[in-house]
Amino acid sequence: MDLSALPTAGELASLGERARHWRPGLAGARHGEVFARGNEGSGAAAALALALDGLRAEGDERVEERAVLWVQDAAAIRLGGRPYRHGLPEALRRRLIHVSAKSAEDALFALEEGVRCRDVAFVLGEIAGNPRALDFVASRRLSLAAEKHGVALWLVRLDASRDLSSARMRWEVRSAPSPRPRWNPAAPGRPAWRAELFRSRVHAPGEWILRDEANHLAADRLPTANDPGTPDHVDLAASSGDRSLAAV
Amino acid sequence: MSIWLPRLAIDRWRQSEGLQEGQGADGAPLVLIAETAHGPRIEAANRAGLEAGARAGMMLADARTLCPSLVTLPSDPAGDRDFLERLALWARRWGPWSALDPPDAVLVDVTAVAHLFGGEDRLLADAQDLFAHRGLTARLAIAPTAGAAWALSHYGKGNSILPPPVGEDIPAMLSGLPVAALRLDDDVLLILRRLGLKRLGQLEGIGRDALQRRFRTRRAPAANPLTRMDQLLGRVPEPLLPVVPQQVPLVQRRLMEPILHRALLDTVLADLAADMARELEGQGQGARRLELGLWRVDGEVANRMLELAAPTRDAAHIVRLFASKLDDIDAGFGIELVRLRASWTEPLALEQADIEAAAEDHGTSLAACIDRLAVRLGPRSVGRPVPHASHIPERAQKWQPPLEPEAASQGELAFHARPLKLLDRPEPIAVLYATPDGLPQRFRWRGNVHEVARAEGPERIAPEWWRETGRARLRDYYRIEDGEGRRYWIYRLGLVGDGRGGLPDWFIQGLCA
Repeated sequence: MDLSALPTAGELASLGERARHWRPGLAGARHGEVFARGNEGSGAAAALALALDGLRAEGDERVEERAVLWVQDAAAIRLGGRPYRHGLPEALRRRLIHVSAKSAEDALFALEEGVRCRDVAFVLGEIAGNPRALDFVASRRLSLAAEKHGVALWLVRLDASRDLSSARMRWEVRSAPSPRPRWNPAAPGRPAWRAELFRSRVHAPGEWILRDEANHLAADRLPTANDPGTPDHVDLAASSGDRSLAAV
Repeated sequence: MSIWLPRLAIDRWRQSEGLQEGQGADGAPLVLIAETAHGPRIEAANRAGLEAGARAGMMLADARTLCPSLVTLPSDPAGDRDFLERLALWARRWGPWSALDPPDAVLVDVTAVAHLFGGEDRLLADAQDLFAHRGLTARLAIAPTAGAAWALSHYGKGNSILPPPVGEDIPAMLSGLPVAALRLDDDVLLILRRLGLKRLGQLEGIGRDALQRRFRTRRAPAANPLTRMDQLLGRVPEPLLPVVPQQVPLVQRRLMEPILHRALLDTVLADLAADMARELEGQGQGARRLELGLWRVDGEVANRMLELAAPTRDAAHIVRLFASKLDDIDAGFGIELVRLRASWTEPLALEQADIEAAAEDHGTSLAACIDRLAVRLGPRSVGRPVPHASHIPERAQKWQPPLEPEAASQGELAFHARPLKLLDRPEPIAVLYATPDGLPQRFRWRGNVHEVARAEGPERIAPEWWRETGRARLRDYYRIEDGEGRRYWIYRLGLVGDGRGGLPDWFIQGLCA
């Protein structure tokens, strides 16, 4: 074992300071969850933005040619409809493959097949509510598959409560008033979301206003009441990322 | 070379009965009939029947008055067609290409092959012998063009050969043939007969302009004597569609002991898939559709079909996909024959075999992933959105199988913003309070009240009058944002006082990002 590859004690102590808060452009986790309400389009949109941000952070040059899998179960389609090609981000229009599953079990199967496919850039899932099939075991299965094959999985949970899950980053997203466009201030502008990162192995929880600029994701951190002085237990795990803590 | 079998149906019937000409049942007047709306009609008659007065195309009742002892049998046009296809393949012994000329003729391209048989005469004699040997009445003709060969075989004197044209002598040599030798439709022949044109020579005498004027509205070759004449003389090309034999890759296992258990069936299937992969590899093909047939001891057959997103000959992949389809097979008293058939194949170049470990390490390919999804969820559940030429938003997107190439389409107008997601069907919203210019200020959707804070619009989309009825109403689309920042795409169906219904309704159609 090459001891020089391991971080020194000094580096370990400062790891938490560097990677404490999430910001756009960090190579994200492989398995993320986004909780959103079913009567707005914010969940899928924010998940798409986060997934694209993760891809850009990795600097993957094959992004442009790989497919994107969008899996929805029947309840999610009923709540929010299907993706519409003309409204998708320009880069995704030609690459989207849509899977409509009848039940949550089928949707989970499709998600797992998706993350095991090497020709998929990322997988976006939409599952409504808290189905019995989506328990901790199922989400752990998805996490392991996603990390093994290096394909990011973003699961949008519509109208769901925060149940047990092994997702590496869990967000709660709501629509936020958009910035006013320059030429028509009375019109809706580029999309913005109020996103709360409430559980993460890598980053401290926090709240942001995310804005989808044309070619990047912008985020403004919102101050929280108990921001300073909270005991932070996530420092040590910062450098480990997706790997298990024992590897650090 | 044109081969005409004027008595194909009768000859086939006689061969199926194992009779010689004029022997047994063939000695008595006999006709093959087809049922029509006006009663049975004669399709073909044997020699005795012809002598008794029965003709093809006659109603059976008429023929019965001439010959009350007429024996009838049903005709079999599909069988004749099948026989003709096999005959066309067989006729390729005289030339590299052959084409069907339904219902009862075959064309063989004998360009530059006659010397292999010792000249055209010997070639014709050879063909005549073989047809006589098979018990088929055939009239043969060789000519420089397919049209001329057809004319000679159908209306010439016996087996005739038209020599290669020296100068312009084809019209002269064919001028004695009736106009029916031009392969024209019946109604055109009727017109020509009423015009008094009976021979090809008379047609030549009239001059092109007059014929062109008379038949200028007829585009199909079979309806235009001028086009047919040009084809006959070789002035315009007449492409023929050759018959190409295709061998469907098929592997089967006949089992010594009928199998009753799933584990054994899986083993047999794995063997078959390996055989099929080898078979396909030999042909350089990959399977797109596979049919698995299971023959049971008690005479039942179970079939399972599989369609693949991309051509494949990966045995393990085939086995895995079939495994989920075999769960509901009822083995009964046992399965004695298993057959795997690739009824649809596409070329697939040889490549390095995918080792299972590599798939485990590097993930599956996209085609394999889509196959698995389609097998479990159904082929219609996996799709790719493609643009479609329409202004109506829900029609502007169509779904197609994910690996099909995308058809060329007009570029999208980037001026209008579209929502990220579209509801399957627009949902009505209840407007609680509207601004003076008609836009809702407050509306209720799914039990929640939304206050419109910002809006953009209208974007007016008129109904597609060439497709919809005149009562269809136009739509005014608005992109709105409510007080909490939720962005929607709503529209008003119709205008006040457009005369197409009552007050316009409001609908929500899309959820914006």
